[in-house]
Amino acid sequence: MKVRIAGVGLIAPGLEGWQASIPVLAGRAPYSPSPFEPKAPAFCPPNERRRMTPVIRIALQAALEAMGDEHVDLSTVFASSEGDLGVIDHLCTALAEPHRPVSPTQFHNSVHNAPAGYWHLGRKSHAASTSLSAGEASFASGLMDAMSLVHTEARSVLLVAYDGSTPERLHPLCPIDQPFACALVLQPWASRSGGVWLELGAITAEPSDTLAADPALEGLRLANPSARALPLLCAMAIGSERSVRLPYLDGSSVTLGLAV
Amino acid sequence: MKLLSIADYTLTNAFGAGRTASLSGLRGGRSALRPIDLEEPTPKTWIGRVDGVEDVSLPASLAGYDCRNNRLALLALEQDGFLEGVRRAIARHGATRIGVFLGTSTSGIERTEHAYASLPDQKHLPVGEHDHALTHNMAATGRFVREWLGLRGPMHVISTACSSSAKVFATAWRHIQAGLCDAALVGGVDSLCLTTLYGFNALELLASGPCRPWDRDRAGISIGEGAGFALLEPAAEGIGLIGYGESSDAYHMSTPHPEGLWAARAMQDALDRSGLSPSDIDYVNLHATGTRANDQAEDQAMRAVFGGKVCCSGTKGGTGHTLGAAGMIEALFACMAIEHGFVPGMPTLGQPDPSLHTPVVVNAREQRVDYAMSNSFGFGGSNCSLVFGRIEA
Repeated sequence: MKVRIAGVGLIAPGLEGWQASIPVLAGRAPYSPSPFEPKAPAFCPPNERRRMTPVIRIALQAALEAMGDEHVDLSTVFASSEGDLGVIDHLCTALAEPHRPVSPTQFHNSVHNAPAGYWHLGRKSHAASTSLSAGEASFASGLMDAMSLVHTEARSVLLVAYDGSTPERLHPLCPIDQPFACALVLQPWASRSGGVWLELGAITAEPSDTLAADPALEGLRLANPSARALPLLCAMAIGSERSVRLPYLDGSSVTLGLAV
Repeated sequence: MKLLSIADYTLTNAFGAGRTASLSGLRGGRSALRPIDLEEPTPKTWIGRVDGVEDVSLPASLAGYDCRNNRLALLALEQDGFLEGVRRAIARHGATRIGVFLGTSTSGIERTEHAYASLPDQKHLPVGEHDHALTHNMAATGRFVREWLGLRGPMHVISTACSSSAKVFATAWRHIQAGLCDAALVGGVDSLCLTTLYGFNALELLASGPCRPWDRDRAGISIGEGAGFALLEPAAEGIGLIGYGESSDAYHMSTPHPEGLWAARAMQDALDRSGLSPSDIDYVNLHATGTRANDQAEDQAMRAVFGGKVCCSGTKGGTGHTLGAAGMIEALFACMAIEHGFVPGMPTLGQPDPSLHTPVVVNAREQRVDYAMSNSFGFGGSNCSLVFGRIEA
C-alpha cells in the first residue's frame, strides 16, 4: 500500500511546527526542548474554544498545520494511546468527592473522540472520522488505518496522533512527560504526481528504530506514545529514500518505506 | 463491495450471557432493566446490568488485565462455543492473518475511579496500584482479547462514544480489503462505571425509570453494559456485512444535529454501498436511546431516507444503552432478525410520541427479514450505519 504525504503538522516542546522543526529533525540543528503554550484554533467558535483542553489544542494545532487553511472535507483518523488524562484526572477527582460534582463539559470532553469532534465542528466537516488507540502502537495503527482508508475508498485522509502529558496523580501509573502531536495528510497514490511517498511494509519481529544519535530527541520519543512517530518524521526531514521501523504490537515493528 | 460473512458470533448483555438469552429476551418482549443496584451511592436511575461479571476470574497469567471490562469480555467470549469458532478461524487463516478491532467508550476506567476514591489524599497514586496499560488504557480490552485468544494480526480499539463498535465493521472491511488481514474478530465491550453514570447524569440525560425510546414521555437513557463479538471473513454465502456508512455531524459535542441530516447521510451511504434501495430493507434497528433530542433527530433522518415506510424498532428498552458496545450488540440483533426471521419490539414503549413520524414495532413479531440496517450515533457527532443481509452464492 502506497500513499502520498501531502501535508505535515507537528507540535511538541522544542518542535513548534513542522517547517520550523525540519533542521532539528534532520540533525542539522540541536534539539533544545522548551515548554510551549498550546493555541486554541481560531477556526473554532469562541464557545467551543473555551472548552478545549491542552490535549485537544495540540491535536487540532497539528491537524491545522498539516491541512493548511484549505477547506477540504477530509476523512480523519485520530490516534492516541491515552486520550485526555487531564480530563480523566478531573472526572475521577470529582467522582471521589462526596457529591460527585462531575461537570457536563468535562464528561463530553472525556470521550476519546473529543478532538475529532471539535475538529469536524470547527471545520464544518461532515466526513467520516475514527478515533482509536493501540497503546504504544497507536501511531502505527492510526497510520495503517488511514492508509487502508485511502486505499479502499480512494480519498485523502487526515491522520492526527497525539498524547498529552500525564497529570501528577496518575503519573506513576502512566508516565508521559511531554505533550506531543503530529499530523499527516495522506493522498491516494498516483504514478505521475511528485512529492513524498510512503509505502507500508511488513510487520516483523525486528526491533523498531531509535534516535540514539540524538539523546534529547530519543528522550522525547520515549516520553510520549505518539512521539513514537519521530523516526518517520526525522526520515521525512532528511528527505532521502529510506525505510524506518516504528513500534507495533508486542515488541514487533512495522516497516515504512519513504520515497521522495 | 466485497461481502464479509459472519462466520460465528456471540453476545452478552442484560438479557443474559450468550445468544439464546438475547434471542428469547427480544422475542419475548422482555425488558431486562432494573433499578440501579451498585454498591456505590449512585444517581437514581435504572440500569441494564450483566449478572455474574463480578464472579469472573481472569487466568493467572493475565491477572494484570483484571477490570470489569475485561471480565465482561471474557464472560462473553466463553459463550456459544465461540472459542471453538475462533480456533477454527485460526486453522483456516493463521493467527497472524486475523485482525482484532474492538469498540469501547470507557475501557477499564473503573480501576482509576476506585484508585482515586480509595486513596483520596495521595498526591501520587502508588506504582502497582493497578496496571493502567492493561486496564484503563483504551486499547486494554483489545490487547486482552488478542492475547487470550492467541490472535496475532493487526489490532486497535475504536473509541467514538456510542458508535465505537459499529465502526469496527467498516474498519475490518477496509483492513481485509487492503490486504492487512484475511479475517477479523470484531467486537464491542463496555461496562458500568461511575464516569458514565455521573457524566450522563450531569448532562441531565439519565432517565429516572426504565428508558422509553420513542415514547411521548421519554426522559433519557438507561445505561447498560454488554459485550458482543463476531468473526468476519470473505465468503460467498451466509449472513454478513453488505454496506456501511459513516459521517460527522459537525454540530455539537453532545447533542445530535436536530434534523439528523448527517445521520441520514450515513444511512444513505450504507445503502449505496450495499447496492440496495430503501424499499429493500426489511428491518432497521434504530439507535433510539430515549433522550428527547436523539429520538427526534433519528426520526427526521429515518423520514428523509425511508419516508416512514420501513419496519423498525429500538432495543435499548430491553438492554439499556450499552454505549461503546451498543453498535456491536445491535448489529448482532439485526443479524439475529435475519437468521431467525423476527422483528424485535419495544417493551418499554407506552404511548408513541405523536410528534415522531416513523412508526415503530411495539410487540416483537415473526417475520422474514432478508436485509437489515443498524444505526449508531455518538457524542462528537459520530454516525455509523450498517447494512446486513443474506449473502447467496
